Amino acid sequence: MVEELGKTTEGDLIINVGPQHPATHGVLHLVITLNGETIKNVEPHLGYIHRSIEKMSESLTYRQFIYVTSRMDYLSAHINNHACAMCVEKGLQIEVPERAQVIRVIMDELTRIASHELWWGAMAMDLGALTPFFYAFRERETINEIMEETCGARLTMNYMVPGGVLQDLHPDFQRKVKEFIQLYKRKIHEYDELVTGNIIFQNRMKGVGYLSPEDAVSYGCSGPVTRGSGVSSDIRKHYPYEIYDKLEFDEILETGCDSFARYLVRIREMEQSVRIIEQLIDNIPEGDYQAKTKAVLKLPKGEFYQRVETARGELGVYIVSEGGTTPYRIKYRSPGFSNLSVLNKIATGSKLGDLVAMMGTLDLVIPDIDR
Amino acid sequence: MWSLSQIAGSIHEWLSTTFNPTIALVLEMVIAGVAIIGLFAVLGLVLVIMERKVAAWIQIRLGPNRVGPKGLLQSAADTVKLLVKEGMTPDGADKFLFNLAPFIAMIVAMLLMAPIAFAKDFQFWDLNIGILYVSSISSIMVISILMAGWSSNNKYSLMGAMRSGAQIVSYELSAGLAILTIVVLTGSLQVSEIVQSQANGWWLFKGHIPAIIAFVIFMIAVTAETNRAPFDLAEAESELTAGFHTEYSGMKFALFFLSEYVNVFIVCAIGATLFLGGWMPFHIGNWEAFNHVMDYIPSSIWFFGKTFFLIFLIMWFRWTFPRLRIDQLLNLEWKYLLPISMVNLLLMTALAILGWYF
Amino acid sequence: MFLKDYIKEVYGAVKSLIVGMRRTGYYFTHHKEIITEQYPDNRATLKLADRFKGEVVMPHNENNEHRCTGCTACELACPNGTIKVVTKFDITPEGKKKKAIDKLVYHLELCTMCNLCVTACPSDAIKMAQTFEHSVYDRNKLTKILNNPGSKIMEGVE
Repeated sequence: MVEELGKTTEGDLIINVGPQHPATHGVLHLVITLNGETIKNVEPHLGYIHRSIEKMSESLTYRQFIYVTSRMDYLSAHINNHACAMCVEKGLQIEVPERAQVIRVIMDELTRIASHELWWGAMAMDLGALTPFFYAFRERETINEIMEETCGARLTMNYMVPGGVLQDLHPDFQRKVKEFIQLYKRKIHEYDELVTGNIIFQNRMKGVGYLSPEDAVSYGCSGPVTRGSGVSSDIRKHYPYEIYDKLEFDEILETGCDSFARYLVRIREMEQSVRIIEQLIDNIPEGDYQAKTKAVLKLPKGEFYQRVETARGELGVYIVSEGGTTPYRIKYRSPGFSNLSVLNKIATGSKLGDLVAMMGTLDLVIPDIDR
Repeated sequence: MWSLSQIAGSIHEWLSTTFNPTIALVLEMVIAGVAIIGLFAVLGLVLVIMERKVAAWIQIRLGPNRVGPKGLLQSAADTVKLLVKEGMTPDGADKFLFNLAPFIAMIVAMLLMAPIAFAKDFQFWDLNIGILYVSSISSIMVISILMAGWSSNNKYSLMGAMRSGAQIVSYELSAGLAILTIVVLTGSLQVSEIVQSQANGWWLFKGHIPAIIAFVIFMIAVTAETNRAPFDLAEAESELTAGFHTEYSGMKFALFFLSEYVNVFIVCAIGATLFLGGWMPFHIGNWEAFNHVMDYIPSSIWFFGKTFFLIFLIMWFRWTFPRLRIDQLLNLEWKYLLPISMVNLLLMTALAILGWYF
Repeated sequence: MFLKDYIKEVYGAVKSLIVGMRRTGYYFTHHKEIITEQYPDNRATLKLADRFKGEVVMPHNENNEHRCTGCTACELACPNGTIKVVTKFDITPEGKKKKAIDKLVYHLELCTMCNLCVTACPSDAIKMAQTFEHSVYDRNKLTKILNNPGSKIMEGVE
């Protein structure tokens, strides 16, 4: 606090948003310097939920460390696990069966939809509309039930293992996913009626939180945040993994550079995810769901890096191996941290109420930032 | 027929025959005071449970359904909880103002009850400037909010209070102009006369398009004046945690909460009186049989029915719309509502002079 | 021209608000869309997915026999020390010493339900149960011993 006090001029108001605050959806602490209602400076303070996941991973074996990563970005737990599993596979040079690849991609896209649904509801709630949250959860619940049936858990699934997936798909899986797609298509217009088309919402979002493409790149943003500024950054397109290069889907780009553009990117990304699932759900190939692996995995000496596109952006997993059963050093490049760093840039000069909207469109998940 | 005014009349008769005039007057005042406090409590309970049920059904939930039949006693249980909670006063707060603020909020809400006609010939005080009285007293509400925000010695509270001040001061204008639009037609500020002038039809229908515009503006302005979503910037929970009542707890918080709901009731009652004919039954031209059936429904039911319909509208707004930003809120008032209602008032005056209303 | 835009703007704004209100009004009047599950009341009909990972249990047959050999594969597979295998030596009828479990201690409070122990078990001795009501008043009750008292290993399981 003391050093912030030094920077302020007379008449400024410093408020602490967080660590416990309804808008931060977790334990993020923002020290905001205000001039009246106008924001002069935002300084995020981190570390309230630091669990040293990277250090923990170093003492766990290559099978075990995957489950810890579910706790980083808990809304796209599947995709985190997927990144780790792929990085280990890269080191071991395991060929993943095609069935497992398809299952993984379907699960990833379902997770992405679930994450965006929650983001949509929570962002509307930040803006003061409480009802969309419940409508979003209705659809999200269907995905959670699908996950529960096949993976055995609703949020931290731990379904990905090196070499494939833990269990085969549940017999009801395809039917349930098709039912979900039906439900989604029936209900998606409500999102436009209730939030996207609403004049109050549009006024709150348009022209607010301007992030220029140059800034988006230089701050290392990724995911929908950059794509809202018109910068193509989809890992699924640029560095395709699994079977993404064989699939038909569009990378969503919006050139508005404001909160509304970032909002539209996520809404339209959900449609693309549904499109991917529709392509795959009837064409899941027969075969093994898991490659044969040794009981004890030992990565060869070397460095391995794998990146994937999570719901929030680019997640990188970097493993340094000394040839043992545990990684020597592990580093996660999480999307949330770089996306948060841009907050001061886009929030300065706008009103306090808009800060909440901007944090909503950055889609921050605090454990992803702090790890 | 059995009605509220008859009950009041018989009580008055019995008191004035049993006691001497002074004691009778004092007793009547006590009864009126008790009745108002009772109404206050009942309204609070009913409106809270109503809001929770409306919110639940809109949000595809069930809402409270555990305490009492269909959960109707839930708000009573909550009140008991709030009553037994400790009313904390923060260390750094201005203790006198901090404790005074909720009572001012409540007293204002009580004062506003006076000129409202609840049923035919049933009114606490039919003063000849009734509507002016309501709009002037309701401005005092902002003082309690500013007082609470300032004395809490909390930055969130202060910001909430300042927002609320700016908001209420601006929206009083268009609420006042919307009220004036009807006063132009009635030519009187007295509540009973305004209701009487609608005997052959409500102003909302008689006053053509200007009355409808005035009604819409009135509803928007009173939603803002009572600090309810989408204009709940004073307590915007995602920005200011709880705004001006962040530091309040227990019954002191409950008084703010209660006065908010009672204020909603009062502004809706005023809206019902001005635009929907108060306790006047719904009549259609010369359908004698229909009109007769409508007359058979007691006037108090008409009044409460209309008021609760408007309250439902306000609740519907709250659970549908996102919140505005402070500058947009002021833009809406000064750039849209105020010019529109001024032109509307002019239009209505022309209409009234030319006698183009029914 | 300016006035026309102004009116158009106001009209569009009001229309967008009414569209939203129509949607919420629809749900207000259509109570069959309500999705609330009244949880403690629907316990009897509540059906959990058969793969749901609730807690680790060790199935026993009617003769109070389990399939655990005490190989500690689960203990090694567990990422956070949830399982502790305490072994003892049984004397077989032939007079040979044989390793068997004394206790399989399971700390439910540490478990993250990752399923690694179940997949690691070579003799299918443990599995995930579909229970989820784990709250207790005493933390010690969360430390469970999975094998029943007096139980022994099933015939033929090595």
